[in-house]
Amino acid sequence: METWRQQPLVFWAFLLPGGLWLVLFFLVPLSLIWIFSFGERSGPVDILITGTLANYIEALDPLYLSIFLKSLWIAAAATAVTLIIGFPVALAVSFAPPRLKPILLLLVILPFWTNLLIRTYAMIAVLRTRGYVNFGLEALWDGADAALAGLGIGALPRFQPLTLLYNDAAVVIGIVYVYLPFMVLPLYATLERLDRAYLEASLDLGAGQIRTMASIVVPLAKPGIVSGVILVFIPALGTFLISDLLGGPDSQLIGNVIERQFKAANNWPLGAAMSFILLYITFGILALRSYLGRDDV
Amino acid sequence: MSEATAPQRPDEVQVNAAGRAGPLDYHKKLWVRLWLAATFVFLYAPIIILVLFSFNDSKRNIVWRGFTLKYYEKAFDNASLIEAFTNSLVIAVVATAISTVLGAATALALWRFRFPGKAATEGVMALPIVIPEICMGVALMAFFIRVGWPTGLPWPLSLSAITIGHVAFCFPFVAIVVRARLAGFDRSLEEASKDLGASEWQTLMRVTIPYMKPGLIAGALLAMTLSLDDFVITFFTSGPETLTFPVKVYSMVRFGATPEVNAASTILIILTILLTIIAMRLQRPDAELAK
Repeated sequence: METWRQQPLVFWAFLLPGGLWLVLFFLVPLSLIWIFSFGERSGPVDILITGTLANYIEALDPLYLSIFLKSLWIAAAATAVTLIIGFPVALAVSFAPPRLKPILLLLVILPFWTNLLIRTYAMIAVLRTRGYVNFGLEALWDGADAALAGLGIGALPRFQPLTLLYNDAAVVIGIVYVYLPFMVLPLYATLERLDRAYLEASLDLGAGQIRTMASIVVPLAKPGIVSGVILVFIPALGTFLISDLLGGPDSQLIGNVIERQFKAANNWPLGAAMSFILLYITFGILALRSYLGRDDV
Repeated sequence: MSEATAPQRPDEVQVNAAGRAGPLDYHKKLWVRLWLAATFVFLYAPIIILVLFSFNDSKRNIVWRGFTLKYYEKAFDNASLIEAFTNSLVIAVVATAISTVLGAATALALWRFRFPGKAATEGVMALPIVIPEICMGVALMAFFIRVGWPTGLPWPLSLSAITIGHVAFCFPFVAIVVRARLAGFDRSLEEASKDLGASEWQTLMRVTIPYMKPGLIAGALLAMTLSLDDFVITFFTSGPETLTFPVKVYSMVRFGATPEVNAASTILIILTILLTIIAMRLQRPDAELAK
């Protein structure tokens, strides 16, 4: 590697285009809403920058605070579910024979390459009252009913479809559905590098499979678990499309509130303050990771 | 690591020797297989149902009533849907071209040079990838409105705001992919080229870029898929008069799910899956182009 002073022209020719783009169309817009977050509306389109903290105070009033807490809670629940579903999947893929591995990995990744809106929309047809989960349950119910009638025990009441859509559970299911690949891939990356000798040693020395998992595999897979949790939790926290399409009237998350402040409600300063609270939470999580990451190595 | 132990992959050796699953053959355990199967059903069933029901001869999208292509015809007759689809493709192609050039140049700068503030530059480059998309979306929306980005421009220029936003989150991904490719590059090849009298530009065009090619293609395809898959940035940077595929589908979904939406979605799914498969083939270390 050479220092930039050796070839300053070449260096700037390479770095400047991307650097300028990032400054102009990423850092400047972010700074702009950071400044707006300290302003107040002085007209339909005018924002007066007064240095006020009123937007941050309003963003943390009990109504919005409860939405922040709910977003954290839903993101945490969805992250936990992806971890529980994803860990055995990653384990199976990383221990699969080499010829199966690329196929299994491709199967995990492919859905991630489908448009977020399309995947969320696909979930509606599955979860709604006259959707496929309810059809499946109804068929099972009718089968059980017929079996009971055949045995002469009596009949079940009529099948009541479950309300699976337009509630918090639907939002959690949607987030799990969309972000599961983000959990499986980092888990796979660490489990793949795991030294199998440790597992054999543990099993040889008399520990059972469960104990080997708990005291060998999970601690060694910690970096992957941390990465996966962060990769799912951050986008889940900021989601607005999934809660918008799958959630009910009371499943508004912070993403939906921010969207409304910038569009329908036209209160940019408040929306900007909320965006920055969301960003500070993100930075806090990333800082925590690099802090935790230090004793892993 | 345990290079010395003879069975490098104990799982396979045990299978071969005993003909049955060893203790580490997790993929052979019944519950793990069921778990995998259930996960894949969960991941694929909704998409497969969506695709199947785009061919269903029923308005209600619920029960199978026979095969039809009429919703594809309807989708192709829907002028605003076609316009939205064309716009999204144009945005994806232009954003990909710009992102590939910017990403490759940035990767070269970061790979080749030491400079003060390098770690900070790398950190800022990663930001569009890690921060919640909605924060970037609202920031770009506020930025374009506030700087008075012209609206109502003639056609391809009317897509400029969205395209600029897409480049801002796509090119850091390209830079990562290209830099990973450059990590395996032997710098003595560049030095040899310069020793033999080639200029900086000739060396770049004849030595470095040919080596980068698989990374450039993979990065370009990644950028294209990211652009086609994006909803949030497009949603916030679309002005009132620009129609894009995600925004159009979003409004159609809000008015109720129709087989027409399924048909349009199916076309986009097939397009992105094709792009992904090409990208994966190119990224394989033994791919033809890597030579």
